Amino acid sequence: MAGLSSRSGAQPLPLVIAPGILVLAAVTALVLAVPFLASEYWVNAIIVPFLILALAGLGLNLLTGFAGQLSLGSGAFMMVGAYATYALQLRVPGLPLPVALLLAGLLAGAAGLLFGLPARRIKGFYLIVSTLAAQFFFEWLFLKVPWFYNGNPSATIALPHGLSVFGLSAENPHGRYWLTLGTVALLTLLSANLVRGQTGRTWTAVRDMDAAAAVVGVQTRSAKLQAFFVSSFVLGIAGALWAFCYLGSASVQSFGLARSYQILFIIILGGLGTIRGAFLGAAFVSLLPLILDWLFQHLLSGHVDEGLRQNIQKAIFGLLIIGFLIKEPEGLARLLACLFAGPSGGRPRRRNLRDLNQETKP
Amino acid sequence: MSLFLETLIGGVLAGTLYALVAIGFVLIYKASGVFNYAQGSLLLFGALTFVSLKETGVPIAAALAVTAGLLIVTAVAIERFLLRPLTNRGPLTLFMATLGLSYLVEGVAQGLMGSRVRALDLGIEDLPLFLGDIMISRFDLVAAGVAVVLVVALALLFHRTRIGIQLRGVADDTRAALSLGIDIHRIWQIVWAVAGLVGLVAGLLWGARQGVQFSLSLVVLKALPVLIIGGFTSIAGAIVGGIVVGAGESLAETYVGPFLGGGITSWFAYGLALAFLLVRPAGLLGERPIERV
Repeated sequence: MAGLSSRSGAQPLPLVIAPGILVLAAVTALVLAVPFLASEYWVNAIIVPFLILALAGLGLNLLTGFAGQLSLGSGAFMMVGAYATYALQLRVPGLPLPVALLLAGLLAGAAGLLFGLPARRIKGFYLIVSTLAAQFFFEWLFLKVPWFYNGNPSATIALPHGLSVFGLSAENPHGRYWLTLGTVALLTLLSANLVRGQTGRTWTAVRDMDAAAAVVGVQTRSAKLQAFFVSSFVLGIAGALWAFCYLGSASVQSFGLARSYQILFIIILGGLGTIRGAFLGAAFVSLLPLILDWLFQHLLSGHVDEGLRQNIQKAIFGLLIIGFLIKEPEGLARLLACLFAGPSGGRPRRRNLRDLNQETKP
Repeated sequence: MSLFLETLIGGVLAGTLYALVAIGFVLIYKASGVFNYAQGSLLLFGALTFVSLKETGVPIAAALAVTAGLLIVTAVAIERFLLRPLTNRGPLTLFMATLGLSYLVEGVAQGLMGSRVRALDLGIEDLPLFLGDIMISRFDLVAAGVAVVLVVALALLFHRTRIGIQLRGVADDTRAALSLGIDIHRIWQIVWAVAGLVGLVAGLLWGARQGVQFSLSLVVLKALPVLIIGGFTSIAGAIVGGIVVGAGESLAETYVGPFLGGGITSWFAYGLALAFLLVRPAGLLGERPIERV
């Protein structure tokens, strides 16, 4: 009896639960304090884009990380969201911004559904062709048809002035921050619930081995399309936020192929198939260029031209991707979990059935 | 009629260049099951090295030899530091690793050799050739000839040499090949090196046409629909696919493009590939995958 009590004394129960709540409380406090602590530059140029990239990463993670369907078309679905929001705001007078965002998300989801149709018959990297088709087609469409950018000579889109949501003006930095934060928090919560429930289980079953999932009665085809729809919905809203809460005015180039790669890198580095992975990856992707800038300034006293700096950054990203895939395929999310739980702790490494499977060919 | 023939022939000849890029993919995919997204950046790397050497006054033959040597070293390094640690991992992981590789190769190549556009003169005069009243680009004709020679050489390599037979063995059944004592690591190195060299030829031809610069690595995006249409596992399919895409693209731009505002070459091939994916996912000449639980 004495031994038992001393054991429970050495590791009191409440502390086991506490980190999760503590982290949540700390994040909430930090998030609410940001507009009062950080300078306007930080809010505008770093925190808002970080939140939006995290949301986009979350959207792609639902499709790639949870349902196992690779996509290089994230930029395209963000583009659809942004251009749809613009068209709705422009052509439907008096439409509240949240409704416009919701409708734009649904339109982006429909676009995702359409280009996800081949997923009913194919899998693996064949899908990158389908999603790349979306990327190139929408880039062409939104550039060639003036209706989408209202004939603006610079072919860019920007929201009309004087928009506000719940008394928060979309024209000042704090308003944009709260709007972004609210949207990101809401969608993160919904996604987290979605992947924990029946839908998420179905998706992971399809990801780990779709033939086996089909044998046990999972509707794999509709599960894949569902994942395409939900993922593109989230990406579409992220795209609208990127265009109007961060950039202010956007063009097709804002959502090019490089953006699609960036979103994919976010989830590879952050952690495929986790909610927090998207946030960690987005933080990493947002901060790395700043750190590199600082290093170049201090180590080489700024004598690095812009082109070289970008190439060095590119090479470093490439190395990191390869390194993470080899050493830690579950990304920063798992590294962090191990860090908190100590060297021997952390949940056991998840084994992907397909990775265990000896066949490397589809 | 002559406009139609001219467009068709120009498209077919351009298509052989697509096929050349696609063959590099097929080689690697057959032997190691990897969809090598970095093929485009390796192509850029090869062409960039060659141009840089040539600019410093190295004779063409020597520059070619040094570039080829460098590509072989790169292939060995990729096998050692990328493929070997990732053995038996899923195809998606391998694909993402090659996406990382493409960033690494592009960053290093452009960081070391600069990102400006270089002109590349291979000594082929691009004078138009007339067959009756049909105009054909002489350069395209030479490029197509090179592609044909290369394909014949590869066919001989595959069917007449010991290495080729081992290579086909690995492609057919990796585990059976392993148990017969075939050194799979060496086969991978050879295949990646051969794919790199095919890429170098493609890179030089494309580079001579549009200048050696970053956009050269984007031909990988042109080769993708070619692979879908021809089939991932067939070199003959890559050639047929290349010609279908090349001819289809230039015909579509000439006859359909004006109604859609032009510039449809950027996605036409993808639309075609999408149709194939919906109807015949294995492509024209590819093997149908059989899945076991």
